[in-house]
Amino acid sequence: MLNKNIYLILIISLVFAISFWIGFNVNLLPAEASINAPIYDELFKILFIIGLIIFIGMTIAVIYSLFKFRKRNDQIGDGIALEGNLSLEIVWTIIPSIIVLLIGLYSYNIYDRMGGMKELNHNHEMMSSNTEKIWAGISQTSDSEIAKNNLSIEVSAMQFAFLFNYPKGNFISGELHVPVDQKVSMKMESKDVIHAFWVPEFRIKQDIIPGQPTILNFTPTKVGKYPIICAELCGPYHGGMRASIIVEEESDYKEWFNKNKKPEVNL
Amino acid sequence: MTISIDPQKTNNESLQPKGWLRYFSFSLDHKVIGIQYLVCGFLFYLIGGTLASAIRIELASPMSDFMPRDVYNQVLTLHGTIMIFLWIVPVVNGAFGNYLIPFYVGARDMAFPRLNAVAFWLIPPSGLMLVASYFVEGAAQAGWTAYPPLSITTPQSGQIIWILSVLLLGGSSIFGGINFIATIIKLRRPGLKLMQLPMYCWAMLGTSLLVVLSTPVLAGTLILLSFDIIANTGFFNPVLGGNVVVYQHLFWFYSHPAVYIMVLPAFGLVSEILPVHARKPLFGYTTMVFSIMGIVVLGLVVWAHHMFTSGTPPWMRLFFTIATAFIAVPTGIKFFNWVATLWGGKISINSAMLFSCGFIINFVFGGITGVALAQVPFDIHVHDTYFVVAHFHYIVYGGTVFIIFSSIYHWFPKVTGKMLKEKLGILHFIITFIGFNLCFAPQHWLGLNGMPRRVAEYDPQFQFVNQISSLGALLMAISTIPFLINVFISVRNGKNAGDNPWNALTPEWLTSSPPPVENWEGEAPLVEEPYGYGKEISEQT
Repeated sequence: MLNKNIYLILIISLVFAISFWIGFNVNLLPAEASINAPIYDELFKILFIIGLIIFIGMTIAVIYSLFKFRKRNDQIGDGIALEGNLSLEIVWTIIPSIIVLLIGLYSYNIYDRMGGMKELNHNHEMMSSNTEKIWAGISQTSDSEIAKNNLSIEVSAMQFAFLFNYPKGNFISGELHVPVDQKVSMKMESKDVIHAFWVPEFRIKQDIIPGQPTILNFTPTKVGKYPIICAELCGPYHGGMRASIIVEEESDYKEWFNKNKKPEVNL
Repeated sequence: MTISIDPQKTNNESLQPKGWLRYFSFSLDHKVIGIQYLVCGFLFYLIGGTLASAIRIELASPMSDFMPRDVYNQVLTLHGTIMIFLWIVPVVNGAFGNYLIPFYVGARDMAFPRLNAVAFWLIPPSGLMLVASYFVEGAAQAGWTAYPPLSITTPQSGQIIWILSVLLLGGSSIFGGINFIATIIKLRRPGLKLMQLPMYCWAMLGTSLLVVLSTPVLAGTLILLSFDIIANTGFFNPVLGGNVVVYQHLFWFYSHPAVYIMVLPAFGLVSEILPVHARKPLFGYTTMVFSIMGIVVLGLVVWAHHMFTSGTPPWMRLFFTIATAFIAVPTGIKFFNWVATLWGGKISINSAMLFSCGFIINFVFGGITGVALAQVPFDIHVHDTYFVVAHFHYIVYGGTVFIIFSSIYHWFPKVTGKMLKEKLGILHFIITFIGFNLCFAPQHWLGLNGMPRRVAEYDPQFQFVNQISSLGALLMAISTIPFLINVFISVRNGKNAGDNPWNALTPEWLTSSPPPVENWEGEAPLVEEPYGYGKEISEQT
């Protein structure tokens, strides 16, 4: 009996060790390029390790049972008439409940750190009387003081392109240029069907819906060029509906911005 | 309280054709209807599988070069719709439910045999109509979710035929659900208690409740959508002030429970198969019953987890995260109980057992990715990507379809009186298991790294992994060959099975193989312990 328990403990520790090793050493995610990305990857790692422990454990249990309890040729009759074990069943109800609850609380915490629980405001200094109710998206801040430094961009999506309107410069671009480490606040609306704005390296996605503006805030942290991908089926050319986001140094961004800026039209 | 029906009046035997012709007749025999469901479903599985192969051929290269782009969208729409509404739902509910439930409750037929036949005969015409819509003006191309405004702006005839077809299939599903509830509650043989029923009855009771509660919502939604398309109303059309997000809520109010409509019966079937081949009682019968009902209740309040990146406010995202993640608890209980059923048994390693164990492994994997997807911050990155595609194929193919095959190997001797060939069965399992995992495991990585779903073209850096996936799909297509050969050889020249080749204790094995019309020559047997393995032998010896 003691021997059996030692084997069991050994196997369980081995499953944990393997899962932790894989969880920490196998990277399944693309580059991290926004302040959301490392937070997301932290959650991913935890879920990955817990998932591996459960999956490897269950697989070993099934395969072991098939070998250990297989019917030998000389055997007749049935297995043991075991119909249940209440304490065991209570254990495997309570433990998963606790794990699930902890994961839920933890992901709430992650979501909060991503800014998901913030009030949804599109702080646009040029539209001070903005009373429009926006009820979907991810906002990283509702604090108007920080919002003053936001780079505000209006995104419109259509079959099969994204257009980025820079209200401050009074121009529209097909490429999204943003300075590194600058909070970007986007208000998005679709002209026809539902689209989605997804940057895998930023770990963010938000549908762009006709008739209902959504908002998306993010802060890029790494200079580079990343794809913007439409993730919602929007028609025959859905797979080709892509754009680029170019994250650049503040000075490069200024240069690009000033080159494209149009003089404001006074009404 | 049970009502008794006069068995002589349920089936007018003299009017029923005999032999194989009865499978092409408006038969009222629940066993004939069950086989009609199964064979019809399998034919649509072959069509849906062909469409899947076309998708994987297109995705073997990063450019859209195999078929026109709009045809590609039609193919993926039809693939999803056919696999869900014409293969999995009719087979795990209609086929096995019709065949087994009357045996399990000790009845001679379903409660409403004519309604039952109508429910089946709605399926072939609506399925053919759906496939034929390709030749009208192109089939529907807004995905099986048919989200407006895309479904309003794409060619109308295909979309309208799609709606009509899904409405008929939904009607068929509701008729079936009502019939199962009535049969299980009202037609139980006197003396048979609810808590003595085989687990599949409980699974079908739960499933049928979900069908009856949620399918009408889908029907209503699709009728409103068809008004938007043909009568220019503005329920979901944003141009006319409609709200597209409302459609998504209504759609997923049915379509998430639909996942449980597809997997709960599979949970029931595997609970019948494992005890027989492991020679052990089903572990934890009572907790199994409660976890099925727990899944039914929770399954109705989790739909918005399909809409985390859509127009959902933060509080709603949080509620649906917690509710969804908690479904893992009753589901987990069932999986632990099945492994405990294997533990200490005398397991026959045959095709039915292998497919069931393949189901456990695949479904645990799909369940784990499901709990991850329930977490809002996790989902925001991978929603609408190949990660989701991989996840739900692990649930519906790795889970339910594996159980459909397991069930065919298990009940074929009862239906035909002939055994299937074990060697071909094991070959079928090996190719399916390897092909399936090769096809769908790499897709998790694709989704995490930036490949959205429903695309005909993609970033060339994903080509190699997509080709691995396509190779897996090829193996899956090949795997049906040994299965079909096996069925065709065995049905003619298979070894005679006898009445009870597995020495099983559930009631369908206590009659002849194939069973007579009205199931038993005499009185239906009272089976109080459908899983009494280990006990009966010790009493006999």
